[in-house]
Amino acid sequence: MENKEKDIQIIIAGAAGQGSKKAGHLIGKLFNSYGFRVFIHEDYESVIRGGHNFSQISVSKEECNAISDKIDFLLALNKDAVENHSRKMKEEGVLIYDSDSIKEEDLPSRADLNIVPVSLNEIIKEAEGIDLMKNTALVSLFMKVVGMDFEKASAALKKELPVKTEENMRVARTAFEKVDKLRELKEGGSHSLPLLAGNEAAALGAINAGLESYFAYPMTPSTGILNFLSKTKGVKTFQPESELAVINMGLGSSYAGKRTMVGTSGGGFALMTEGISFSAQAEIPICVALSQRMGPATGVPTYQAQADLLFASSSGHGDMMRFIVAPGDADEAYELTGKALNISWKYQLPSIVLLDKELSENTYGFKGESEVFKEDVVTEDKEDYERYAGESISPLAFPGGRAMVKATGYEHDSKGIAVEDANKVKEMHEKRLRKYENLREELKRTDTVRTCGEGDVAIVFWGSTKGVVMEATKGMGVKIVWPLVIQPFPEKKMKEVLSGTSKIICVETNATGQLAKMLRCYGTEVEGQVLKYDGRPFTIEELKERIESLL
Amino acid sequence: MENLILSTKNTWCPGCGNFGIQNAFKEVLPEVGKERVVLVTGIGCHGKMADYINVSSFYALHGRTIPVATGIKSANNDLQVICCAGDGDVYNEGISHLLHAAKRNSNITVIVHDNHVFSLTVKQPTSTSPEGFTGSSTPEGHPERPLNPVDLMLSVKASFVARSFVGKQGHLKEVIKEGIEHKGFSFIEVLQPCVAWYNTFPEYAKRVYEMKEIPSSFKEAREKAQEWDYSNEADIPLGVFYKEQKEVLEDKLEKTTEVDIGAILEKSK
Ligand SMILES: Cc1ncc(C[n+]2csc(CCOP(=O)(O)OP(=O)(O)O)c2C)c(N)n1
Ligand code: SF4
Ligand SMILES: [Mg+2]
Repeated sequence: MENKEKDIQIIIAGAAGQGSKKAGHLIGKLFNSYGFRVFIHEDYESVIRGGHNFSQISVSKEECNAISDKIDFLLALNKDAVENHSRKMKEEGVLIYDSDSIKEEDLPSRADLNIVPVSLNEIIKEAEGIDLMKNTALVSLFMKVVGMDFEKASAALKKELPVKTEENMRVARTAFEKVDKLRELKEGGSHSLPLLAGNEAAALGAINAGLESYFAYPMTPSTGILNFLSKTKGVKTFQPESELAVINMGLGSSYAGKRTMVGTSGGGFALMTEGISFSAQAEIPICVALSQRMGPATGVPTYQAQADLLFASSSGHGDMMRFIVAPGDADEAYELTGKALNISWKYQLPSIVLLDKELSENTYGFKGESEVFKEDVVTEDKEDYERYAGESISPLAFPGGRAMVKATGYEHDSKGIAVEDANKVKEMHEKRLRKYENLREELKRTDTVRTCGEGDVAIVFWGSTKGVVMEATKGMGVKIVWPLVIQPFPEKKMKEVLSGTSKIICVETNATGQLAKMLRCYGTEVEGQVLKYDGRPFTIEELKERIESLL
Repeated sequence: MENLILSTKNTWCPGCGNFGIQNAFKEVLPEVGKERVVLVTGIGCHGKMADYINVSSFYALHGRTIPVATGIKSANNDLQVICCAGDGDVYNEGISHLLHAAKRNSNITVIVHDNHVFSLTVKQPTSTSPEGFTGSSTPEGHPERPLNPVDLMLSVKASFVARSFVGKQGHLKEVIKEGIEHKGFSFIEVLQPCVAWYNTFPEYAKRVYEMKEIPSSFKEAREKAQEWDYSNEADIPLGVFYKEQKEVLEDKLEKTTEVDIGAILEKSK
């Protein structure tokens, strides 16, 4: 794949604990302030010290939420970093390495590369800084190499270093002087965007839809939501003893009137499914952020998979409906998490936001174009209140007011008292079915499937592969199609948008083609599948080649 | 007194110990303010309290009364949240919730209808069934020793720990009231014989006695709690074993500030 002029791919890599992620973020922020679009992919192992971590930063003039196989800059903090990534370097790429921990003999023998040794220890010593400031040094000397102006870039850098700012800036200045400028860099030309991880965007969407409480048990890659919300004023967060406690606390909190979300990954979600079922039966809203990772079981905890589509779609025992959405980037995570929380309240049912490792933890430029706000729900607080009154959606009331609110997981009558009588059982089931029908009707009027481009061939994906599909299919003349809503499946809309195409290819990061299965279930034949299940996301070149081989 | 019992058809066996708890509960309700009460029940014969009593209620899944109750209390700190759970419910399926709610001093009341048996599923042993208990799944006798839940709750420093017996209505009512009024996690173990599968009424009626006062120290409380270990033939002390005032979880969770999304976005640029 040809890189667009001015697109830059940077990898910064080292051992866990060396701070490559933090440095990657700083670099991202610098390019952001230079008016470029920034995307950061995180790759780390499930260890605290040692192991191999890297951040890959895509810098471009136009949005590019994907990574390439060919890199321009490698910032190597240890020997593994050189070993793992130097072969991806473009001709005449720049390899900056920490000469304190990497020996010359470990460097690649490529004459075309620009190799820049730096001793971070020396810089720290000279500037009288401390070890923790090695990141600052590395970022600053990279600023010089890539062609940034010190005054302008260091202003952006300064903002990110609120502690010991003066010392940090001294280190930055010293580092900047240590290396030569190797590239020219003009401004990217756009205004800078907030840089958000998908988890953060999802959390913000929920907040705008009225989120008041969040319960979670730590599990990668969903933990970022818990950490982010814990720091956010105004949202109650609590980490109880297990996911069983999480979902049941969440239900209690919603029942008492607070807009509540819970978060987890596949293993925790497996434990939560009793609550999904309860939510449906008791008609208590609950919104679950389900960030998928590679399974089965503990699987590969910090790596990518979109393998819980079918699990989520049938989660919870009994006949029921969940509202399920699959955002593809930070903007969609914001929009659809807000929607999921709103829908769960409006229709009093469980909603699930399908995130995954890539979307949750990668960093995106957040455009913030969609509007998310707290939608009203029908409430009624009166003495003769009946929790399950009416033909479809029953007005909500919360305990502590005039109404007596009886919620239950048993089949029940309109007052919320358990029933077993055949007619009553059937009636109440039909009440819920009508509610699901109303939801389907509402969704007909909203965006449930998106498309981009036109062509004979349709590339259908879901979720976080959005960025790489957009990049890999540039110039291919294909139609790109992605469902935002997974349940209730937008069957008709999907058929409509696919009607002009003669071949459908599904792209998924799972081993069994779960979206393809779902499409077939709804009568849409899928001719080609591009699957990846090694825990890594597609790179642009890789996906392009695999799609082309099927055209 | 307003009607506190709904007209729902009652399906407990005649003479069931659950009636005693329902009666005590009914009498306490007006005194603690019925409007603010939420009753959370588990699954089992005891759970039917939710269908019988005229208050707001949450008929939770088996074993989950406690997390639901903490969720409710965290959402509205003005409510008086009371769990009626079964021994199978809370000592088997939901024991981790019990320990953690006590440990974190969630300001809820947990009343355990302890009949030492899974009654609704027709006579299987629970965590408090005695060794040798012959139930439908243990025809040769239960191979495990029972838990002593009172001692267990003391060991995690639950801030209110009491035991009562449905055969002592006045005592039961007082203990339930005291537990509800206690600010902090209140644990009330109620000996509730199941007349159908494990009738301990005559036996317990002979052996229970009311403690004259609350044990004067934590150490003494544990000694008292260990007198009867749910398997020996010792007399059974009733009353409050331990009571302590400490900060409650839900007060620590209060958050009132508005979120400033604009500031968050600006900072992320
Ligand atoms: C998750 C789950 N497992 C099992 C059951 C079946 N079940 C219903 S009641 C019950 C036992 C209840 O025993 P206990 O809590 O002691 O209540 P009791 O009937 O004695 O009042 C069981 C196991 C269930 N409803 N849910
Ligand atoms: S089975 Fe036992 S606990 Fe259940 S109603 Fe009958 S006597 Fe009561
Ligand atoms: Mg029992």
